[in-house]
Amino acid sequence: MRSNENTEETLKNFVRQIYDSIQRGEIPEIRLKSRTKENIVLDSLLGVWKYGDQEVLRSAKKMDGAQFMAKTLYTIQFILEMLGESKSSTLREMYYISEGWKDYKFTAQDESNLLVEDMEVITELLREDFHLRPEENGASIIGNITIEEKNRKNEFKRINCRDDVGDAGYTIPYNVESEKLRLISHDADMIVALETGGMFDRLVENKFDEDFRAVLVHLKGQPARSTRRLLKRMNEEMNLPVYIFTDGDPWSFRIYASIAYGAIKTAHISHWLAVPTAEFVGITASDILTYDLPTDKLSDKDVAALNAELQDPRFNTEFWKSEIETMLKINQKAEQQALAKYGLNFVTETYLPEKLNLRS
Amino acid sequence: MPGRAKKEEYKQVSVSEFFEKNRHILGFDSAQKSLFMIVKEAVDNSLDACEERAILPEIKVRVDKVKDDIFRITVEDNGPGIERTVVPRVFGQLLYGSRFHVLRQTRGQQGLGITASILYGQSTSGEPCIITTKRREDEVAFHFVMGIDVRSNKADLKVEEPIIWDRESGTSITITAKGRYVTGKQSIMEYLKEVAVVNPNARIQFTDPEGKTVIFERSINEPAKPSKPTKPHPYGIELGELLSLSQFTEASDIVKMLATEFSRVSENSATEIVQKAGVDPGMNPKELTKEQAESIMKAIGETKLMPPTGESLSPISEQFIRLGMLAVYGEERPSFFGRPVSGKVRIYKGNPFSVEVGMVYGGDLPADQPVKIVRYANKVPLLFQPGSCAITQAISDIDWRQLGFDQKQGKGVPYGPAIILVHVHGPRLPYISESKEAIAPIDEIMDEIRNVIRIEVRQLRKFNSRAERNKKIGEKFNLVSVVVPEIAKKASEILSREIPDCTMVITRIANVIFVREDIINENGKKISRSSVVNYTMDKISMNLKIVFPFGEKDMEIRDLEPSKSYIFDQELSGIIGGYSGAEYYFTGINPVYVQGAEELPADWNLKGVETVEE
Repeated sequence: MRSNENTEETLKNFVRQIYDSIQRGEIPEIRLKSRTKENIVLDSLLGVWKYGDQEVLRSAKKMDGAQFMAKTLYTIQFILEMLGESKSSTLREMYYISEGWKDYKFTAQDESNLLVEDMEVITELLREDFHLRPEENGASIIGNITIEEKNRKNEFKRINCRDDVGDAGYTIPYNVESEKLRLISHDADMIVALETGGMFDRLVENKFDEDFRAVLVHLKGQPARSTRRLLKRMNEEMNLPVYIFTDGDPWSFRIYASIAYGAIKTAHISHWLAVPTAEFVGITASDILTYDLPTDKLSDKDVAALNAELQDPRFNTEFWKSEIETMLKINQKAEQQALAKYGLNFVTETYLPEKLNLRS
Repeated sequence: MPGRAKKEEYKQVSVSEFFEKNRHILGFDSAQKSLFMIVKEAVDNSLDACEERAILPEIKVRVDKVKDDIFRITVEDNGPGIERTVVPRVFGQLLYGSRFHVLRQTRGQQGLGITASILYGQSTSGEPCIITTKRREDEVAFHFVMGIDVRSNKADLKVEEPIIWDRESGTSITITAKGRYVTGKQSIMEYLKEVAVVNPNARIQFTDPEGKTVIFERSINEPAKPSKPTKPHPYGIELGELLSLSQFTEASDIVKMLATEFSRVSENSATEIVQKAGVDPGMNPKELTKEQAESIMKAIGETKLMPPTGESLSPISEQFIRLGMLAVYGEERPSFFGRPVSGKVRIYKGNPFSVEVGMVYGGDLPADQPVKIVRYANKVPLLFQPGSCAITQAISDIDWRQLGFDQKQGKGVPYGPAIILVHVHGPRLPYISESKEAIAPIDEIMDEIRNVIRIEVRQLRKFNSRAERNKKIGEKFNLVSVVVPEIAKKASEILSREIPDCTMVITRIANVIFVREDIINENGKKISRSSVVNYTMDKISMNLKIVFPFGEKDMEIRDLEPSKSYIFDQELSGIIGGYSGAEYYFTGINPVYVQGAEELPADWNLKGVETVEE
């Protein structure tokens, strides 16, 4: 996080560029990195995927570009006000505040989220620097790991994520940086991140965390930034290997990719979020065949998503190519809970130990 | 013929008696239609009378319920009035009228209708009709109570008295008759509404049996141009007509008769015809036999003559259709008023005719209903027998699907938000029956209807693409006039600096001249503001034509400086009906620099009725 002064100066510099070009009689324009899968490249040093050199030009010459520029200016004005009053708001609140911007209001929350991400890309700041936060809760953790979280009284409170929490686990806050959350200690060998609540509860009930010295993280579908950031911090600062256990379908593959390689939408902060060493232990097409799992047919959207992944540079490995092609060939997908076909203990007694042993 | 041999055995039947027994022939064939027919006959006569004397019509129609199924209908006009002594003949005698043997386009054509109405009223209610009429030159009006003696085919005058009537001129007729009052598609109300569309110079007031009054206000103070009577063209003549003409004529010989009683026949061509027919050129026309007449008919067919002229035609006119549709259909707020199209003069069996088409489209008109087809023959609305009519059939033959209408297999009446007005006019239109409810689907007429509709519809296609383009232009205008200045303003606010001058940026982005219309309210008045904004870097000059649904304005713009606007305000408050927006046309500047207006079409003012060249 940057200081408020730094953020203010960066934003004003950006505005100054627009102002100056109008004064010079030049059509104002904004250049930013193209945020598409065609423009992500592997940062071989960090092992994560980041934006390449392709840029898009948002020019006031066209209505889209001019609207974007005007909305960005409104947003910047709002952020500067918040900085001045030491307030913060959720992305959703900002979306509603934009109602007052009349012709320049956001038509959907997606639009405001994208614009904030664009501003991150342009200014190389983070949305936290803008005092903007997501409204969704972070995911939850159960496992023998001890942290300290600053509470509303501004005191750090120590929490053991196995002994001091209920069955739902410790809830990850939206800010997981060290000024808010400190990693104290652990007694675990690995982190297992789970896509679904059902599997999280199964592993908790089967005491997988204790039996296999694992920290369990419930991702709640596509993980929020804070969840990914905390996974990275636990991975780097505590040296815990990360395993991702998901359903066997194209969308689950993307969950893994966003954790391990970085998401296309947020590739500007991949170095800050991605865990390049994370391993996939979710259901694969091979597992469907090996374990003869109960399946569903691929929908048209599934097929399209798999085909898109074949074009996605992040999936350009032998492993993913063969798994994706096999899935397309058998035309089937399976949920992680399909493993219950062989009983409630199969996943903890057989499937995961096999997968983890095979790979570790 | 057996009938002829036994003629003496039959009782002589008067025309009145014949029609009383066969009233369906004139359209009095059902209870709901009879009231409509009476109103129609009286209103048609009133409009014809006003048109002949160039009077702005003011017509009041009233239907009162007397009891049960007996109604009293009163139609009052401000026409020229009728001379006292001819009233019994005009109203009381079938087949009386000035129109027989004269070829001329009028609404009523045979002088049958109003007398048939009186006759119908008398025989169903037992009540005589009441007529009041006054001429400008007379001091007093005359009041008549009158029936018809069916045996003698003459008026049965019960009262004739002078009265004081406080108006300059006019005629009022009251007929009491049996019938059923209905509303809807084939009603008096719909008839008067359609009359109002093509007579925007008329003020028409209607009071229904419940006492509710509807007024169609006049939207133009200009009398309609009366048609000119012309002589018949020989190509359209029937054998019987030729024979009866030979009895009427004052010509001394057959050649002179052909040359004087017909149009487009010179002495030379008359002689040619008579010689071809093998008839003596010096023969007295009164002695013409049926066989000789047949030979002459045949000879006419073989002789090359100039085609008939369009002089006898009386179109509604582009301006009247435009104003009438605007006034009457404006409430439905169509988004497009087509420029009405008049076709050329065409010939059907030697008779000239022409087609006019008007169209409104979009807006609040229902999109899921069949298009509304408003049919007219000689300015008279046709409400009955749509399926048999040449107009409906011609429309059904067109494939409307490319125009965004729904139409099953490209046949039949299309579905879509449109009202299509078709007027077919000419002195001798072919109808499917004596009651003149539908135009006969003759090939020549159908072809011309389709032809003119296609021209009209082409405008709609242009309008649709123009609407698309205007949207884009509006966007660009909004960009340079609103969004870019907003960017400058916000940026200066954030930086606490002066608002920078955007003129250069705007010129760089646009580099065009925008022509656009805004509807604004100023001091409670609705105003159409046309702006011409010069977003180029140079001074410009151009000529602009603004086409409003109600008329056109021409203006010259000289030396408009960069980033300056030329403004023209048109007040809309006085305009009757909804307003669908202006169209802009320009000349005198390179088209690439103009957005929001089109180059003036080269044939712009040559679209009216064209007469066939001599």
